Amino acid sequence: MSTASSAAPQSGSDDGLAGAASVVIDGLHKSYGSLEVLKGISLSVEAGQVVCLIGPSGSGKSTLLRCVNLLERPQQGRITVGDFDVTDPEADVDRMRRHVGMVFQQFNLFPHLSVLENCTVAQVKVLKRDKAEAERIARANLGRVGLAEKSDSHPDQLSGGQQQRVAIARALSMDPSLMLFDEPTSALDPETVGDVLAIMRDLAAEGMTMLVVTHEMEFARDVADKVVFMDGGVVVEEGPAAQVIGAPKEPRTQSFLSRVLNPTQVQAPEH
Amino acid sequence: MAMTMHQRARLSRGIQYAVLILVAVALIAVADWPLLIEKVFNPQVAAQQFPGIIAVALKNTLIYTLLGFVVGLTGGVVLALMKLSSVAPYRWLATLYIEFFRGVPALLVFLAFGYGIPLAFGFRFNHYVTVMIALGLVAAAYIAESLRAGLQAVPKGQYEAARSLGMSHARAMVTIVIPQALRIVLPPLTNEVILLTKDSSLVYLLGMGVGQYELTKYGREAISEAGAGLTPLVVAGVAYLIITVPLGILTRRFESKTDRMKKS
Repeated sequence: MSTASSAAPQSGSDDGLAGAASVVIDGLHKSYGSLEVLKGISLSVEAGQVVCLIGPSGSGKSTLLRCVNLLERPQQGRITVGDFDVTDPEADVDRMRRHVGMVFQQFNLFPHLSVLENCTVAQVKVLKRDKAEAERIARANLGRVGLAEKSDSHPDQLSGGQQQRVAIARALSMDPSLMLFDEPTSALDPETVGDVLAIMRDLAAEGMTMLVVTHEMEFARDVADKVVFMDGGVVVEEGPAAQVIGAPKEPRTQSFLSRVLNPTQVQAPEH
Repeated sequence: MAMTMHQRARLSRGIQYAVLILVAVALIAVADWPLLIEKVFNPQVAAQQFPGIIAVALKNTLIYTLLGFVVGLTGGVVLALMKLSSVAPYRWLATLYIEFFRGVPALLVFLAFGYGIPLAFGFRFNHYVTVMIALGLVAAAYIAESLRAGLQAVPKGQYEAARSLGMSHARAMVTIVIPQALRIVLPPLTNEVILLTKDSSLVYLLGMGVGQYELTKYGREAISEAGAGLTPLVVAGVAYLIITVPLGILTRRFESKTDRMKKS
């Protein structure tokens, strides 16, 4: 596998983005009109670390994640990925994005392309790899997610879990230095969630830097080096997974976790 | 007496059929059939139209339609992208263009190009160029609207996924969004070709040589030439249907196919 972990640090054309990259977010603000979604977020992910973002819906976790590859542009604050200043107005966004893989809740596979083409199109069009090389890499990554035999299928012939695994293979085929996961299992049937999480565990074990928005507390507890609990656009609590999920200090974290971990238990609504 | 809804519906339908049949019978009885056949459905006159109506007229109709479609599609793509642009003046220009050319009769555009341009600028475009532009200008307005709807029907996540892989805006549009939009707009686009095929009859307004006659012009000329009633126009009409009916069937096929795709 030619993942980030094996790549030697390069300079120049890669803008300090080759190899596992760290992420530093500093004082990030994002508003939509008068609605302030992120109210000064600071956060860091060390190279090779897995950081899970947890919190109630509407807490700004997905927005934060989407700011990292500039799908959303923050109004204030700074984000660096490796040595690359993402928030620099002069930054070459496309160059940064080819090193940052993104996996969406709704998969967003390209329905007009085959599974293999989904994994090769950006390699060929963006990285300018030749077609044979791109296909070799795509097949290796499809094999890695256990879908080598689905290369010629179209996305609409696959289950949700299979589509999400293809989406991961598509991102990996770009040899990313950082992977962003935006609730990757939230749209899946319960029985396919495990396959996707297993692949993410493998990736983490191989040293991929990962920033994961998730509601899978078990995954966060087992895999994350750090868990960040967000609510109302701020980081309420962060720390080692065992501490934040196992023994949260903040009342808001405690109440969120008790609701998520014991969904059957009746709770007074929090309004 | 009480009737169920079902009975009432059947009775009402029965009355409708009866009226229809009565009207049809009346028309058939009143019509002067020998004269009608002589003047409108005359087999000898119809036979005389061949092979010219195919080799010249049908061929030219297809050429004019194709020329108009090429200009219309190119213009339509540009206009649709302008209409979706974040640059406000582009949007205004595109809206102005679309509203204008959808709002005026195609006939008027043909007159303007056939007679207005020579009057205003003292030169005349080549016949095919005139047809191409006049048909294309109008078609572009309609095609732009279909394309815009198609582009907006492609989920935003597709564009975001493409950009997340490092594609530029243009690359994401060309490689990911537009191919999907084209599938969505194929049915309305086929419809547009049907309309264009019929609109190409407006070419008869322009002066042209015999070799440039399309179906309507050919039929008209044949009427006055032979003094043989309306039969040539009937033949021309059938020739139009030979083009447009299969296109219509194709559209429906495609629509039901994409519907199935959506359901699965």
